[in-house]
Amino acid sequence: MKTIIKYVLLDLLKNKTILVYTLILAAITISVSGMGDNASKGLLSLLNITLLFVPIISILFSTIYFFNSVEFTELLLAQPIRRKTMLLAEYAGIAIALTIAYLLGVGVPVCIFYYNLAAVTLIISGLFLTLIFSALALLIFVLFKDKTKGIGAAIIIALFFILLFDGLLLAFIYSFGDYPIEKPLLGLISLNPVDLARILVLLQLDAAVMMGYSGALFKKFMGSPIGSIYTLICMLCWTIIPLITAARVFKKKDI
Amino acid sequence: MIEIAHLTKTFRKFKALDDISLHFEPGQTISLLGPNGSGKTTLIKSILGLVIPEKGTIRINGNEVKDHWEYRSQIGYMPQIGRYPENMTIRQVIQMLKEIRKDCNRYDEELIQGFNIPAVHHKTMRSLSGGTRQKVSACLSFLFSPDILILDEPTAGLDPVSSELLKDKIAKERANGKLILITSHVLSDLDDITTHIVYLQDGKLMCFKTVEELKKSTGQEKLNKIVAAIMQKNYKQEYQLHENNN
Repeated sequence: MKTIIKYVLLDLLKNKTILVYTLILAAITISVSGMGDNASKGLLSLLNITLLFVPIISILFSTIYFFNSVEFTELLLAQPIRRKTMLLAEYAGIAIALTIAYLLGVGVPVCIFYYNLAAVTLIISGLFLTLIFSALALLIFVLFKDKTKGIGAAIIIALFFILLFDGLLLAFIYSFGDYPIEKPLLGLISLNPVDLARILVLLQLDAAVMMGYSGALFKKFMGSPIGSIYTLICMLCWTIIPLITAARVFKKKDI
Repeated sequence: MIEIAHLTKTFRKFKALDDISLHFEPGQTISLLGPNGSGKTTLIKSILGLVIPEKGTIRINGNEVKDHWEYRSQIGYMPQIGRYPENMTIRQVIQMLKEIRKDCNRYDEELIQGFNIPAVHHKTMRSLSGGTRQKVSACLSFLFSPDILILDEPTAGLDPVSSELLKDKIAKERANGKLILITSHVLSDLDDITTHIVYLQDGKLMCFKTVEELKKSTGQEKLNKIVAAIMQKNYKQEYQLHENNN
């Protein structure tokens, strides 16, 4: 397993897309951080950038990479290796590469410019988004045979979580506004890793005040240590469940 | 060594393999023949565990392929199209497989030397021509001196010199008592090395006979003539069947 991770990483670190991704993240982070003197505002902009870029790049890049290395997978599977080991090693390799890119691009500058709890939360949620969306890419890879369809699915999933989900949530709030829907809302938000990441960081920024009544409720639950742990566990589930499902499906897949 | 019993595989509605039963022993060189899409590659991939069969069993040295993976250490596989991580160099690819196969510490580097691979060691896989990739695939399949060699279109894309070199190597391994499974459309390449012929058509096993038997029954000496005779016979049968139906 270590051997495969090592070589996937060696391959990816030379990959130009990863390099460009790191550089763009770094450029944005440094320019945003240098602009204002208000740390909270700067972090908020960085949060929005992380929430937009990280999921879509992670899922798209991983999906394309998995589909492009089908023959490589075939070569390795003809060797005495368990299918699960091979799949998870490939995932680990790509997840580590994207994580390094995110840490270098956002993590390091953020730590230099603002070193506080909110910055750390931003880094943690960005890392989780990387892990989650590359795990979803792995699931797409095992479910689809065709590369084009796989990439299409990746784009749809990313857009769904970034844009569509919030729209649906708003529609839900709007139609059931007269009822006490705060608690179901908390449950619904657990279904979207991007929202989880957003809330995790927002609550550290004290921007929850601007979210009105439900913001107060979120603050009460999510702002508490139990809430943060709950959020982290949810994100962990979002990483592990797609991975387990992918390994199961892959066991029966024809290469 | 390899026992296949009632192997069936369908892709959607297309029957790729239909109730195939075969038995291969060490020292045999088996040519898998048949028109395009007759199920040759599917059969090979089923043996490697890359394609999961619906029905039937495959045993290698008594172990069922379905629930074991260790058996693959005895198989050297050369795929039809070998593609590798683009940014890796040839040296890295060879090194990687050596590291994965820690169980083996004696390497058969005859082909690596023969193809003069060290001269292009530093090149990335992306920059290689189809023929050079094919050479790398060939080197890798022989590297761990496996007991079973599975070669899918080994000579396609190779220049005449390399092709001869590979054929010599195959003949040498055959003399060492290894089981070799080979598919090719260039029948003249298989002429001197084949002992048995498996002929597949539309996923069905049409014949599994030794070359000697076939030479006698068809009265032909050359492999391409023999195969032509089998094909004609099959077409005739089909034709008659068609006529009867009408």
